[in-house]
Amino acid sequence: MANFTPVSAAIGGALIGLSAVLLMLSTGRIAGISGIFSGLLNLRGEDKGWRISFVGGLILAPILAGLIGYGMAQPKLPSSWAVIVVAGLLVGFGTRLGGGCTSGHGICGIGRLSLRSIVATIVFMVTAVVTVAITHHALGG
Amino acid sequence: MWIIAPLLCGLIFGAGLLISGMVQPTKVLGFLDIFGAWDPSLAVVMGAALAVSIPGFMLADRNARPWFAGQYFRPGKSGIDLPLVSGAGLFGIGWGLVGLCPGPALESLATLSPGIIVFVAAMAAGMIAHDAWQQSRLAAQRERLLASATDG
Repeated sequence: MANFTPVSAAIGGALIGLSAVLLMLSTGRIAGISGIFSGLLNLRGEDKGWRISFVGGLILAPILAGLIGYGMAQPKLPSSWAVIVVAGLLVGFGTRLGGGCTSGHGICGIGRLSLRSIVATIVFMVTAVVTVAITHHALGG
Repeated sequence: MWIIAPLLCGLIFGAGLLISGMVQPTKVLGFLDIFGAWDPSLAVVMGAALAVSIPGFMLADRNARPWFAGQYFRPGKSGIDLPLVSGAGLFGIGWGLVGLCPGPALESLATLSPGIIVFVAAMAAGMIAHDAWQQSRLAAQRERLLASATDG
């Protein structure tokens, strides 16, 4: 557990929880990123303003952090474009079909003590752990 | 104010992902890799987030209305069904392949990394494909209902 960073994890996690609560208190919306983003993809629908604003804040965060000297490192991704595309498709399709992602089910849903979200979170955690076990160990990557 | 509040919430959310390190796929994969050099940080992130969100949502339940909106937009669905389980299962596979879920993926667009841009485009395509598939299923269902109504 050499990489374990409990203090920054707790501070960051508390901020994510605070963001979800503030969005609910102020606009009455669930801070589920897959739901917020997918609402921007259809041409119809009028409630786009708050979605653009939230996603804008999300993208602005690392830019502002960079200005005060805490720039974000380039994310390390698999070298295979095919893996990146397949993963993106699965994340997009799966979050729509399952009605949420790590934030919507894992933090907001469980935060509202929803059984649906508890089940969804257990399922995506298990398939993700199995996927990593296969790709990192069974396939020797 | 209604447009500033979500912007601030996005900023706070983004700061949380940055500070916790969860914006980095390697950090997330370190948690998911329970058979390797396991890094439990993501569990602490979720625990801390829930420690704030559970009492926070209870507080919101006591308000009749949100501050800047006429009503709460809470998910209406309850109960466990096949779409929930299969969707969560597929999402987990994609998450495990790269270590990116929607929040960190969108936030990382700020780095202009080509891999991130391709991932987000594929994610959007997956969402659009799902919605198109659902719509065609609904349309077929409606047609069948109409056909049976005229037959009978």
